Amino acid sequence: MPSDLIHLYMRIDHLPHIWCPGCGNGVIMRDVAVALDEIINDTDNDIDRDDIVIVSGIGCSSRAAGYLDFNSIHTTHGRAIAFATGIKMANPKLHVIVLTGDGDCSAIGGNHLIHAARRNLGLTVICFNNDIYGMTGGQYSPTTPTGDKATTAPYGNLDRPFDIALLAAGAGASFAARGDVFHARETTEIIKKAILHKGFSLVDVYSVCPTYYGRKNKKGDAVEMLKWQRDNLIPMSRFNVMTPEDMAGKKPIGILAENDFPEYTEEYAKLIERCRNKNRK
Amino acid sequence: MIGRKKLVIETSWCKGCGICAAFCPKQVLEIKKEKVTVKDPEACILCGMCEMRCPDYAIYLVNLEE
Repeated sequence: MPSDLIHLYMRIDHLPHIWCPGCGNGVIMRDVAVALDEIINDTDNDIDRDDIVIVSGIGCSSRAAGYLDFNSIHTTHGRAIAFATGIKMANPKLHVIVLTGDGDCSAIGGNHLIHAARRNLGLTVICFNNDIYGMTGGQYSPTTPTGDKATTAPYGNLDRPFDIALLAAGAGASFAARGDVFHARETTEIIKKAILHKGFSLVDVYSVCPTYYGRKNKKGDAVEMLKWQRDNLIPMSRFNVMTPEDMAGKKPIGILAENDFPEYTEEYAKLIERCRNKNRK
Repeated sequence: MIGRKKLVIETSWCKGCGICAAFCPKQVLEIKKEKVTVKDPEACILCGMCEMRCPDYAIYLVNLEE
């Protein structure tokens, strides 16, 4: 028997999940479940469980739509945001949450990502970012750090990596944040804020892939990779008061951009209203 | 009032990654034959860190009374 939380929000006949031992994806999926539990149970929010829609693409991460027991849809590679756009436009009162991976969202679906961000369409994108294509056997992805190895980069990756949170913010997202597996409680809070944010929100959650990325790059096992996150990914409140020497090589986690831009479905409803009024005259 | 809690392990879901044992603040857990076991039950402070970190939902706390 699993815990009450897992029982309540996951399809337990599909568990245990297929992810490898020590994979960070299970922790991120739990963070999403905890965030949704707290949002649904907070009556101030007035959000019903049936108002939540989980959309995923293809990849290790995207299995999550099958495990989470909400209205859910597992779509095609890179197109999760495109499907989510249709759902949100058809019924703007829904809270549409896209669970995707670094490859799915920034390579195959890169255009969908930047244009949904640019429109500020009210979706929440949670990227399970493990720096590699895990499901297909460890090919390098747009977030694999320069010099790191992958099955398709046996001598080291020449490309410079995307910073997905900054990419989304640059494309016009009104909310962009970064989280990780180690700081689970902090990341859950960030995910909650992203879901409650009006407009396009993205959380780039650094996962760990000990099986492919870790093994190829001699990063140690899952425990060692989580210790790296503990020591190098620093919550924003602490990062901001660090000395420049201490900051070197480290990255902040937290909210990187938060703005009040017009939300797309609201603007669309106003446009319809304007056109109707014009025709009535 | 704080209700009493108990640590529960769902052994069939454990994949033996060792995250819970490594990050337990009181070194309560250990991995034996690729499964988590409780080494020192007296030392457990029921903090729930293992539940938060387990990627497989194989270890958690339950409330014994409401």
